[in-house]
Amino acid sequence: MANENLQERQETVAPAIELVGISKAFGPVQANKDISLSVARGSIHGIVGENGAGKSTLMSILYGFYKADAGEVFIGGVKTRIPDSSAAIAAGIGMVHQHFKLVENFTVLENVILGMEDGGLLKPSLAKARKLLKELSDEYELSVDPDALVENLSVGHQQRVEILKALYRQADILILDEPTGVLTPAEADHLFRILVGLRDQGKTIILITHKLREIMEVTDTVSVMRRGEMTATVKTKDTSPEQLAELMVGRKVLLQIDKKPATPGAPILEIENLQVVDDKGVERVKGVSLEVRAGEILGIAGVSGNGQTELLEVLGGYQKATGIIRVNGEEIDLTGKYSDGQSRRHRGIAHVPEDRQSEGLIMDFMAWENAIFGYHNEPAYNKNALMMDNLAIRAETEAKMERFDVRPPNPKLEAKNFSGGNQQKIVLAREIERNPDLLLVGQPTRGVDIGAIEFIHQQIVELRDQGKAILLVSVELEEILSLSDRIIVMFDGHIMGERDPANTDEKELGMLMAGMETDGGAA
Amino acid sequence: MDKMPKWADVVLIPLISLCLALIVSGFVVLAIGEDPIRAISIMVNGALSSTNKIGYTLYYATNYMFTGLAVAVAFHARMFNIGGEGQAAISGVGVAVVLLAFDWPHWTIALPFAILGGGLFGAIWAAIPAYLQARRDSHIVITTIMFNYIAAAMMGFLLNGILKNPNSQVAESVNFPAGAHLPTIHEMLAPLGIGFSKSAPANVSFLLALFCAWLVWFLLWRTRLGYAIRAFGHSPHAASYAGISAFKITMIAMIISGALAGMLSINVVMGEQERLIQFFVEGAGFVGIAVALMGRNHPIGIILAALLFGMLAQGGFELQFEYPEISKEMVLVIQGTIILFTGALDYMVRKPVEKIFARLREGQS
Amino acid sequence: MDFAHAFLQIIIAMDMTIRLSVVLLFACLAGLYSERAGIFDIGLEGKLLISAFFSASFSYETGNVWLGLLAGVGASMVFALIHGIASITYRGNQLIAGVALNFLASGLTIVIGLAWFKEGGQSPALPQSSRFHELTLPFADTLRDIPLFGPLYADVISGQKPLVYIAFLLIPFTWWLLFRTRFGLRLRAVGENPASVDTAGVSVIRYRYAAVMIAGVLCGLGGAYLATSQASAFGREMSSGRGFIALAALIFAKWRPWYALMSCLLFGFLEAVSNLYPNIDVFGIFEIPVQFTQALPYILTVVILAGFVGKAVAPRAGGEPYVKER
Repeated sequence: MANENLQERQETVAPAIELVGISKAFGPVQANKDISLSVARGSIHGIVGENGAGKSTLMSILYGFYKADAGEVFIGGVKTRIPDSSAAIAAGIGMVHQHFKLVENFTVLENVILGMEDGGLLKPSLAKARKLLKELSDEYELSVDPDALVENLSVGHQQRVEILKALYRQADILILDEPTGVLTPAEADHLFRILVGLRDQGKTIILITHKLREIMEVTDTVSVMRRGEMTATVKTKDTSPEQLAELMVGRKVLLQIDKKPATPGAPILEIENLQVVDDKGVERVKGVSLEVRAGEILGIAGVSGNGQTELLEVLGGYQKATGIIRVNGEEIDLTGKYSDGQSRRHRGIAHVPEDRQSEGLIMDFMAWENAIFGYHNEPAYNKNALMMDNLAIRAETEAKMERFDVRPPNPKLEAKNFSGGNQQKIVLAREIERNPDLLLVGQPTRGVDIGAIEFIHQQIVELRDQGKAILLVSVELEEILSLSDRIIVMFDGHIMGERDPANTDEKELGMLMAGMETDGGAA
Repeated sequence: MDKMPKWADVVLIPLISLCLALIVSGFVVLAIGEDPIRAISIMVNGALSSTNKIGYTLYYATNYMFTGLAVAVAFHARMFNIGGEGQAAISGVGVAVVLLAFDWPHWTIALPFAILGGGLFGAIWAAIPAYLQARRDSHIVITTIMFNYIAAAMMGFLLNGILKNPNSQVAESVNFPAGAHLPTIHEMLAPLGIGFSKSAPANVSFLLALFCAWLVWFLLWRTRLGYAIRAFGHSPHAASYAGISAFKITMIAMIISGALAGMLSINVVMGEQERLIQFFVEGAGFVGIAVALMGRNHPIGIILAALLFGMLAQGGFELQFEYPEISKEMVLVIQGTIILFTGALDYMVRKPVEKIFARLREGQS
Repeated sequence: MDFAHAFLQIIIAMDMTIRLSVVLLFACLAGLYSERAGIFDIGLEGKLLISAFFSASFSYETGNVWLGLLAGVGASMVFALIHGIASITYRGNQLIAGVALNFLASGLTIVIGLAWFKEGGQSPALPQSSRFHELTLPFADTLRDIPLFGPLYADVISGQKPLVYIAFLLIPFTWWLLFRTRFGLRLRAVGENPASVDTAGVSVIRYRYAAVMIAGVLCGLGGAYLATSQASAFGREMSSGRGFIALAALIFAKWRPWYALMSCLLFGFLEAVSNLYPNIDVFGIFEIPVQFTQALPYILTVVILAGFVGKAVAPRAGGEPYVKER
């Protein structure tokens, strides 16, 4: 009896989740550093942070995907070990992943009961789930047609299925990872009403997001993560978006780049009302218009997944879109025969893609083969209609590797055997030395060591000074701030605003990246 | 860094897989109460001990080079062409149609046209599944399997119909004109004063196979088309970044693959049978899979693996003859285990070797 | 041609269709379990063949056809296990593993058969006790005289061998298992989106192995039917491509049990027609050659695969080894 009382008391007093001293490293990268967090029962707790701040790692530890190197997890005051996802489910934790884990050609009911069936036959479980769905839809606006196939549902409804799945598993703690990334504003509002309803029924909700509006709107408490550390945990009503943005981005150490003021010339790239719908039917770019002039660097800031990737893909020729794009005043093909990478290169567009390992390079190809990737049809690299001039390519690559200080300067080494920085230099050398009119650069220094960062930045600025137009996409604010001549912030598929780097700071940009209007106005 | 040196990947792993396959096959021989050592020595002897036997070994190896190259080219474009069997069969029709159309005066004139005919027919038979894959998203493995059977039915239809020799009891065409006769190795070496068995079927097609191997190497590593094929094969996503068309690569790679498989009928139909018969491919299309796997999809590896499989095939016949307790189908068991170890169980073989090299490297540093 | 004669022809064709469909049904269902769980199986042919051999051999040696059946199923399951180890545990290429099994079956059956029976790779003809026999259903003889239904019942439905009834009963059973039980739900989920099963805390590997082993059992039954019911001895390469027709039937059936019944009956019927009427004369205008009838299953499958008539969509995770996402 005494024991039971103790437990009861613990349940009323103890926080729903308590993390103590969680650390996790991936090789040399410390993804989580000594993180402690306590979330009260019946509250909505937000976690904000930039890309790579360690939010997802922390939640993966909580859901049993990763094992923490150090630290302890308490659920309802009881120390709990979570080696895998079934342990997390047993501990009452439900997770709504960013990429849904649904079986598309199953019905809603089938998805809900999967893995939690009572007994060998489906009938009783299906009936039970149907009843629960009915109750929940009345209670929380969680209405979904239980017999619809998931593939026929809208993304918002699919997300509700994920929530229903967690509730069917009797989750008391619900983790949502960037839940509004794929939702329309109306769907997002609906989701928040559901979350508030659930909270009022005593559920604990952890909301991972980079959108400050959401944090301010629905959370009770909020934690900020930066570079693997938890920098603050505050009550939402005691804070402001400005404060959170500052905590999130921190004081950026501006990289010193020798940079003359830009002397912009004629517009090289003009984009009017660009729209991109991805193959899942989600609208990724929602009417973007912009312009890049010769001799300037336009930086696009934003948390990843807000449409920048698709924008680059459209310009690079491997994503269809609607709208108008002009390069050097001539309109380019966005859907037809000439909307491919080769045609774009003929137009004088060079592209350093965001993901050098899966796009910019063939990892099993040698450096010299990679050094002409995309330009392999150029006459300079071919002896005749048939044969490539391998010797010439190799010699040119060797010279390029020298100029770009690629180490080791061995053109016969396969791309996978170079460090990240040197891989990036190979891509950069290839694209810059084409002497393009327009250079697209995505995440130029992701996974690149400090020494190489400086070098890469110098190369980009040099190209600008030769009068080329440069479109830079980066999630690193310091990079955007130190390189750009103008800054555009993208959020949720559209442009939040344009700023002059001289008249803005990371706090303001952080606000824009998180979807908050500021009164900065256009530069 | 690489997990192991290149030579280990290219030479050591296939050799270990081969040894494992031979050991497992040896156990099969033991299990039926026979002597594996005796069996293997008979096979080796049976494949190499006279110019006649070498002639047969080379004849089979020629077939396997063609089909192995066919599988490899498709593999480089990330496709599994399991339809070599059907492509080779249909190419026989192409060769026969060309050779029966004229009274060819000399093989040097007939051969280029036969190559064109056979290559074209084989290519068409591969191009249809390729098109269905590229445009209709039909799984190429399944369609090429289906096309093997459709090809078999087509052969039966043609050889019992318009191509049938009216004076023959079986389904076969009339003999090709004498001018289409390809020189055998015996005939090629005789002027040089080198003796070679007269009855061995190996013929000038062996040189054609070596030439094709060179051609494939040249295509893949010296031309920009080959560059695009390999880039697409390694990473279709990166290929789309570079503006390489998936449709074009799929079509071209399969057309080349089908044409290569079609060269088999130069060796068999034109070189050996000198008429079209019904089941002349005899599984060589499937053996090509084993050859390509064993040869690591590189022409040199494929030449070596084809020679090995040629020895196995010829050795198998001798085995049946000299050691009647063991059937020649023992060769299929060896081929099957080689495919298993080099193809499906690659990871199992590779992992321990990688570990050993990792440990060696640790020891050094 | 009078009516009675025509009717007799139809009865004969129907009877033959059923007999010829059984092997296809077993193999097709085997493929259905395997592919529904995300493992492509082009080794159906090899499993049929190895089972045919061992069931005939053991039936002959023991004089007990049921022991033969057991041996056939056992051999096929060993093959299935190899497929599973290669493609699930070691994440090898499922298709290549299947090709290897087909080679092994072709070789092993003849090598072992020759050593065992010394009859050039065949098994001896099976005596009565080593074969399955027709079951006569109740009232077959009394109902025979009823017009139309009588002969249909007596000669088509009744008088088949036990494995025939098992094969046909397996269709509703499979449907029930896949769509009405927990096992089936999870099995299908594993083939569509294994991550959904994994995040639900259920082992993907276990369900994939289960599916592959079921395929082994079913191919085992199919092979045993081939050697001890349809024929009465093992013969070289006696599966003669039925594993691949079954694969075609599976695609034609869009991976669904009831459709599988239809497609296997259709393909069995085409085989029966090509046996009974080699060349079909169409009103004296032209002749449909037997080869066309033989190739029709494959042609139909290609048409379906290409999506010209009702696109067949394979289980989405098919062919890919499952690697836990992180």
